[in-house]
Amino acid sequence: MKLNLPLTKEKVRQLKAGELVHLTGTIYTARDAAHKRLVEWIEAEKKLPFELKDSVIYYVGPSPAKPGDIIGSAGPTTSSRMDKYSPLLLDLGSTGMIGKGGRSETVIRSMKRNHAVYFAAVGGAAALLAQQIKSCEVIGFEDLGTEAIHRLEVEDFPVIVAIDHQGTSLFTT
Amino acid sequence: MRTLDVSTLVEDIAQMCIEMNYYVDDQLLGALKKAARDETSALGRNILGQIIENDEIAARKHVPMCQDTGIVVVYAALGEDLQVRGNLDEAINEGIRQGYQQGYLRKSVVRHPLDRVNTKDNTPAVIHYQRVLGDQLKLTIAAKGAGSENQSQLRMLKPSEGYEGVKQMVLDTIRSAGGNPCPPIIVGVGIGGSFEKCALISKEALMRPLDDVSEDEISAQLERELLKEINELNVGPMGFGGKTTALAVKVNTYPCHIASLPVAVNIQCHASRHMTKIF
Ligand code: SF4
Repeated sequence: MKLNLPLTKEKVRQLKAGELVHLTGTIYTARDAAHKRLVEWIEAEKKLPFELKDSVIYYVGPSPAKPGDIIGSAGPTTSSRMDKYSPLLLDLGSTGMIGKGGRSETVIRSMKRNHAVYFAAVGGAAALLAQQIKSCEVIGFEDLGTEAIHRLEVEDFPVIVAIDHQGTSLFTT
Repeated sequence: MRTLDVSTLVEDIAQMCIEMNYYVDDQLLGALKKAARDETSALGRNILGQIIENDEIAARKHVPMCQDTGIVVVYAALGEDLQVRGNLDEAINEGIRQGYQQGYLRKSVVRHPLDRVNTKDNTPAVIHYQRVLGDQLKLTIAAKGAGSENQSQLRMLKPSEGYEGVKQMVLDTIRSAGGNPCPPIIVGVGIGGSFEKCALISKEALMRPLDDVSEDEISAQLERELLKEINELNVGPMGFGGKTTALAVKVNTYPCHIASLPVAVNIQCHASRHMTKIF
């Protein structure tokens, strides 16, 4: 099914684990170092590079873009490394996460409480996923290089609802 | 005595770094296609289809198949009758530096595991030297992504745990890894040696061709049985269930102490990238 962003909680509540979804709209990249800093900035009450409300965060550190390309290869990284930081971001209004691999019980509890969804993109399908990214701009933490926060405009970006807002999970182990 | 000037290697190493990241191995692509035909889970088939399409896009557009272009692991087998002129470590790292720059590959190495400052050129590589007969240098270069490397494990079993204990250890490792290492995976198992040796041979096992079967009878049986049992774990593509969890299992062994049974499981994701060249 097709899903237009931003991802309001109403939209989240319609998603069920196992569904294939094509996302269109704005998503933000952040991985380990950016998450750490986002949480530090929240604690210091600094203004963040993007609005958390109804936002989707993609765990990715793209490879460099070749001349003429919008972005390099851009597949998901392992989500569990973000588990420590995600509940706070969900508490502050972020509604979606894109990564690969399972999530902790704490994150799932927070997803249920906040009505958020966890999407999986196919790990290692980085060249295919990059084709669905139509623009890419660094909007924060530029010093972090590949780990900086990028604003991506995506079109029909293929993801799978891996854990839905009721905590139903597709992971078998 | 043949002599080899290390400066002549740099360009080839750079090229190897680029090619292994752009172009999927034919055998591996064949195995993925076969898995996509045989997979019983519809979602699993969809995922395998995306991986195959991805690898074809990467090859066509000359871009990395995965954004994690890895830390480079090098096996350098040096012939005893070869005299190397110059610093081989430096030549290898220079090749990597150039390849990762020219190929638009991601630089994923930090200079210290605790201060985490990126070296910005993907060096240094992890280099293993071996002495072999002959007058040639055989270089195997691999790009090892962290997603699968991080799920690898090593345990010192008791010898009494034996064959079944080794199997259990491997199955436990794959089950707990779940979807994290981007299954379908390739499993390298090192058994014996010492603490560090079994880790080393588990990675060497991953450098074997995909259809290679161990010459050792016990290892060959273990490879067969483990592949079957891993694929019965229902981890499946990306961890969402299905019968395609591993494409291959490779077991390498080494003699060990009477009181030891070290086992290492090195997990390789479907983006298995390595190349060998003889100089
Ligand atoms: S585990 Fe392999 S396929 Fe998955 S993101 Fe890492 S390098 Fe890529």
